[in-house]
Amino acid sequence: MSMLSIFNVSGSAASAQSQRLNVVASNLANADTVAGPNGQAYKARQVTFQTELVGQTANDPTAAGVRVSTITEDQTPGRKVHDPKHPSADAEGYVTYSNVNAVEEMVNMISASRSYQNNLEVMNTAKSLLLKTIQLGS
Amino acid sequence: MLNRLTDALDFQGQALQLRSERQRLIASNIANADTPGYVARDMDFAKTLQAATSTLPSASTLATSHAGHIGAGAAGLSGGLAGSALTYATSSQPNLDRNTVDMDRERASFADNAIKYEATLRFINSNVRTSLSAITGQ
Repeated sequence: MSMLSIFNVSGSAASAQSQRLNVVASNLANADTVAGPNGQAYKARQVTFQTELVGQTANDPTAAGVRVSTITEDQTPGRKVHDPKHPSADAEGYVTYSNVNAVEEMVNMISASRSYQNNLEVMNTAKSLLLKTIQLGS
Repeated sequence: MLNRLTDALDFQGQALQLRSERQRLIASNIANADTPGYVARDMDFAKTLQAATSTLPSASTLATSHAGHIGAGAAGLSGGLAGSALTYATSSQPNLDRNTVDMDRERASFADNAIKYEATLRFINSNVRTSLSAITGQ
């Protein structure tokens, strides 16, 4: 029943995409954050996907799932705004905001949601095929 | 005598299993649509089916007692496809992250394979029904 592992493959991909969506949500929520719990401005996060073999044998390339290997922080300097009256302003009167690029995050969000939908559709098709296979010969 | 009844079923069964393997392969490609460096795979169905069915009646199959063992002949199929049977899909629009999944083509192949899987299921079903009405004898 090699079709059954489609659920593992597509399920892992859906889970990875939902994690990506989660990261996008946290980036967008913190787009205007001045300082995080560590006193520094929030840094945009980015997930990195990696292929994960979920087949029965060690190097069976026909069942390749996905997992999130690392979550990296964007190290570009944050947006600086001159606002001397702000409580978080530095000695020169500049406030450092997070380095989240809202447009980039929106594109990321759409891509993640489309990929999620694709994987769900794959699972639905596999499910209906398997249900028909169960009724075989009747 | 019974052989003649089941030989046709064997062929269709083999085809069904290969279809499900291909379905899983395409599901893996769709799952890895956003993985950097992932190379899309596909199989030449006609060639693979020919290779699988030509070894069908061989009496000298190796016994496998573990999922990782590589069987010979018809038994080899159930342990997963041999890596050499798989081909690499060339991408028409290369990505910067070296991912070669073409989502349009994968979706089309997925739908095509799902329909052909159902067709094979129907062939088996009608075969079984024919045999049943022959056995019933009215």
